[in-house]
Amino acid sequence: MSTASDAADRIERIGIAVGLVALVAAPFVLYPVFVMKLMCFALFAAAFNLLIGYGGLLSFGHAAFFGTGGYLAAHAAKVWGLDPLLSVLFAAFGATVTGLVVGALAIRRKGIYFSMITLALSQMVFFVALQAPFTGGEDGIQGVPRGMLFGVFDLDKPLMMYAFVSAIFLLGMFAVWRVVHSPFGQILTAIRDNEARAISLGYDVDRYKLTAFVISAALAGAAGGVKSLVFQLASLTDITWQMSGEVVLITLLGGIGTLLGPVVGAIIVVAMQNYLATVNFPVPVITGIIFVVCVLLFRRGIVGELRHWASRRASHEG
Amino acid sequence: MFGVPAQALYGQILLGLINGSFYALLSLGLAVIFGMLNVINFAHGALYMLGAFAAWFALNLFGIDYWWSLLLAPLVVGLVGAVIERVFLARIKNLDHLYGLLLTFGLALIIEGGFRHVYGSSGQAYGTPEELRGAVNLGFMIMPKYRGWVVIASLIVCFATWFIIEKTRLGAYLRAATENPKLVQAFGINVPLMITLTYAGGVALAGFAGVLAAPIYQVSPLMGTNLIIVVFAVVVVGGMGSIMGSIVTGYMLGVLEGLTKVFYPQASSIVIFVIMAVVLLARPAGLFGRGD
Repeated sequence: MSTASDAADRIERIGIAVGLVALVAAPFVLYPVFVMKLMCFALFAAAFNLLIGYGGLLSFGHAAFFGTGGYLAAHAAKVWGLDPLLSVLFAAFGATVTGLVVGALAIRRKGIYFSMITLALSQMVFFVALQAPFTGGEDGIQGVPRGMLFGVFDLDKPLMMYAFVSAIFLLGMFAVWRVVHSPFGQILTAIRDNEARAISLGYDVDRYKLTAFVISAALAGAAGGVKSLVFQLASLTDITWQMSGEVVLITLLGGIGTLLGPVVGAIIVVAMQNYLATVNFPVPVITGIIFVVCVLLFRRGIVGELRHWASRRASHEG
Repeated sequence: MFGVPAQALYGQILLGLINGSFYALLSLGLAVIFGMLNVINFAHGALYMLGAFAAWFALNLFGIDYWWSLLLAPLVVGLVGAVIERVFLARIKNLDHLYGLLLTFGLALIIEGGFRHVYGSSGQAYGTPEELRGAVNLGFMIMPKYRGWVVIASLIVCFATWFIIEKTRLGAYLRAATENPKLVQAFGINVPLMITLTYAGGVALAGFAGVLAAPIYQVSPLMGTNLIIVVFAVVVVGGMGSIMGSIVTGYMLGVLEGLTKVFYPQASSIVIFVIMAVVLLARPAGLFGRGD
């Protein structure tokens, strides 16, 4: 059996190597802002995947943290003139606090109720963002300065910004990988697979769930913060339930519970949206069709299917 | 009372009762479907919208009036629901419940996205039926006839649904099949058919609510989206274990929302979510729930 899962891991390792090469080459081939947007969504989805993929918790309100992060980073950079890195950290901190409140309420119920509660609470965060004075309502926060990193690196230069975003992206992905492969991640997976047994073994499952929720929220907030610096804009779009649906889509399509799934999903979804913006076809309809097809035929997602194929081939040969 | 003119107070309570009527009808449908299929029907808002559009099409294409639509639109929506259940939901019934949520979310996006593409985000007007135009003076307030009708009609339909499920033989089968589908099937009852009919019936309630809503709100592709999220919160507050619980919670939260509009209007869009949070802290299973 170990050879089979080794083969699956090998596939993902190859994917990581290809991804790293592509990350270096991308700004010279593609439009840098496009790749940076992609990294934001990939990190957002990786944070979301930490919950659903390893904790079995489907949050339908993750836009609350992504959007909160976006507003806070924008506010910190524009109004307070904070360093870009500090702005992103502030975004992550704000999302952590939001995540603590939302998570503490949501983990009081399980399964479908958990999803409905996160959705409802994120809608509440949306209404607060709509009415709060500092978010700029329908206009959002515009003209956010990218600033000078450590007062030295000018992030208005596209390649500088690209390097900054790549660094945060890689750090975030590493954090997710580290959490998943830590004893904490093992227990989280055990809770997902059999909560009653985890309780009987003496684990305080609520604390594990809440910790996972907060880590996930913090990373989602960082992703949102980076996005608002990249686009120099924080707006209501990033805090709507549609955005929560989008991160579910990215993860489902790429592969729930795989390390690279969120990245692959983000590449496809962001590229698709860019393309669909040029043709007159309704994006939600395509999104909906992908959801339906994924659920009916393709529940492992792209990376999940690849892993499955590799491990089946290995176990046939072995 | 508290410096608020009585007229405004009664007016908002009436508006709250109307919102509550929609919450009750929709959460009732969600509860009925959840009981039988273990699926949270994310497409419920889209099917509510479909009900309103069915009435609008009926009037503008075929000249079918409001009263016939009140009967026909739920049938049409129920039929769409039966197809959805047979084509999609029946295939995933053995999977984790979360997939049902994701699938119906996808269906909601398709239905709403399609209508939005054709009709845009703006609403279509649907006239109030002639018999219900004007208002009656109740002594303490002036009530538009149609608004009173919405409250009465939804109460009748809610209690009829309650009666069917709790007091008839069909309802007994339904409740039995919710508890133990295999055993009920072994007694010779066609459980798959019952599941299809339950889903169709649940979404027909949403379709009915859509027709009721058409003359009040405009008929627009997005009318169901934001409503369904609030209804989810209502469902969390009430718990889905009890039919009567869904109805009572729906009206209660509608009225509380109406009262918030009088005393603290800024909070009216979030009051139901706040109540949900408080209930989760105090009574996690919901007011009428039986746990997960």
